[in-house]
Amino acid sequence: MNRLSWFNAVSLTLGFAFLYIPMVILIIFSFNESKLVTVWAGFSTKWYGELAQNEAFLNAAWVTIRVAVFSSTLATVLGTAAAYVLVRGGRFFGRTLFSGMIYAPLVMPEVITGLSLLLLFIGIGLDRGILTIVLAHTTFSMCFVSVVVSSRLVTFDKSLEEAALDLGCSPAQAFRLVTLPIIAPAVISGWLLAFTLSLDDLVIASFTSGPSATTLPIKIFSAVRLGVSPEINALSTIMIAVVTVGVITASLVTKRAMVRQKQDELAAARTE
Amino acid sequence: MPFQSDRRTGAALNTNVFAPWEDPQAKPLIQFQNVTKRFGGFTAIDTLSLDIFEQEFFALLGPSGCGKTTMMRMLAGFEKPTEGHIMLGGQDIDPIPPNKRAVNMMFQSYALFPHLSIWENIAFGLRRDNMPKRDLEDRVEEMLRLTRLEQFARRKPHQISGGQRQRVALARSLAKAPKLLLLDEPLGALDKKLRQDTQFELMDIQEKTGTTFVIVTHDQEEAMTVASRVAVMDQGKLMQVSTPDRIYENPNSVYVADFIGDVNIIEGRATANGDEAYQIDWAEGQSPLTATSSTEFTNGQSCHLAIRPEKVTISADRPADAINAVQGKVLDIAYLGNLSTYYVELPNGTIIKAQSANTRRISRRSFTWEDPVWLSWTATAAVLLAN
Repeated sequence: MNRLSWFNAVSLTLGFAFLYIPMVILIIFSFNESKLVTVWAGFSTKWYGELAQNEAFLNAAWVTIRVAVFSSTLATVLGTAAAYVLVRGGRFFGRTLFSGMIYAPLVMPEVITGLSLLLLFIGIGLDRGILTIVLAHTTFSMCFVSVVVSSRLVTFDKSLEEAALDLGCSPAQAFRLVTLPIIAPAVISGWLLAFTLSLDDLVIASFTSGPSATTLPIKIFSAVRLGVSPEINALSTIMIAVVTVGVITASLVTKRAMVRQKQDELAAARTE
Repeated sequence: MPFQSDRRTGAALNTNVFAPWEDPQAKPLIQFQNVTKRFGGFTAIDTLSLDIFEQEFFALLGPSGCGKTTMMRMLAGFEKPTEGHIMLGGQDIDPIPPNKRAVNMMFQSYALFPHLSIWENIAFGLRRDNMPKRDLEDRVEEMLRLTRLEQFARRKPHQISGGQRQRVALARSLAKAPKLLLLDEPLGALDKKLRQDTQFELMDIQEKTGTTFVIVTHDQEEAMTVASRVAVMDQGKLMQVSTPDRIYENPNSVYVADFIGDVNIIEGRATANGDEAYQIDWAEGQSPLTATSSTEFTNGQSCHLAIRPEKVTISADRPADAINAVQGKVLDIAYLGNLSTYYVELPNGTIIKAQSANTRRISRRSFTWEDPVWLSWTATAAVLLAN
């Protein structure tokens, strides 16, 4: 392995410092004994204990998780269906327009998405609550799912589906028995993406949430406006831990699958 | 099956020779009736009619873009004819979707399902028919035995070699015992040596199962080896449909002669010279050539003389009894190991290829570059073609 030159070492350190120093400070201060956020007074886990007693935060966390699960699942179904039609549907009138339109929400300012959804919900007389947040999150995250799944479908060998039809599958069976299992990794990562997007969304949720349903980011944001408490540091640390564990697990699973496939291929080559 | 070993030797005057296409009573399994297929403005298949018989091993041969794959996809049901009809066993199959046809296809990419084991891949089609468990297991085992894959049953497709994958694809498409099996460039992904072995395996399996095979290939050697009949295609039309030996020995056009194997084409004008014999004037200052032909040529009609390089003899002196002999000098030699092809340039610039077996060591080769040589061939060696 090559040693880094001093220039590369410095730029690497600077870059990572820039990225992680704020988070590291947050984590350190979540273990602070003192109630003052910026003064260190010794190690303690008491804020984690207090967090567990805080009804409001726990409720908000529960709302957030439910919203994330429902909206990402719904977004995965809709996004996969849209991707399938756009990639596989052949040429139909307006296909190019639709392909462009499905990506538009990716670059749409969230404020506008949030506002338009708010107007829609008021217009049709839907009371704001969990349902409206789920719908709103589904709306903006399904295009992310669709992007991930369609990029997989583009490289998908169409003859696999034809082989399934040829062997007696109806088109629906071919999708369920062949296409879906093969594109499953893309569908799952689409779901994870939608889940994380929903988990940390503040802007759209604040437009579409009601008094009955407050998500965690909204709760944190409003709490911080009254002053940063060590409790919030603790909560944020837990969120960082959850996300980190999730990301590491996902990459380990992927890597293990790759290694195993490579070993299998080597084994196959030996038997020839 | 009475035609097993000798069905491809068309010359044998055996009544058991497999040749239903010569029997006017025989009912074809597949009939293309004036089929046209257009993709937008492009005509892939142009009013084509063709009969294929039961138990045939039929090859569709042509360069890429000639329409052979479209023919196959229409048989499988992935494409519908724009005009005309395709009949399978007397039934118009145009409205039948691919999953309801007694036709299976082996894909060029093999299209094995990567998430299923070899066993499950082969069982896939049988499961769709809700076959009872016992019968299904028996059938899968039978297919594994037929393709010698027993010990790989539990593996996934990416855990086996290319040749084994090819056999899985074959086993999977044969498992449902289709009336017709379509093979799209089935050996294209294999290296040459494995391809040759597999060709014989395919023929063997076709005979054992008695299934009608239609194979699409651009490899003329492969088509000649495996097929009972070959259809040479060009631009959506059939150029010639016949047995491999007739396609090679009696091509009906310059296109077919040129597409199948190597050939010398000499242009000239025919003049009748006795019964079925013609004299061909072909170049200033060269004596006319003689060839026999059962097709009629009017005097002075322009014609093409097609001669296979292996039917041209190369010698140092003019053979005394030669009917056709021309003199030239060796321009180039293609050494193929077992054979050598000599490119001989005639005084008027025409290049004629002559092929001979290398029965002697290369160091003792009779001719080398720039040597003056004589080329000769018999009156029946060449085929006289109008176009």
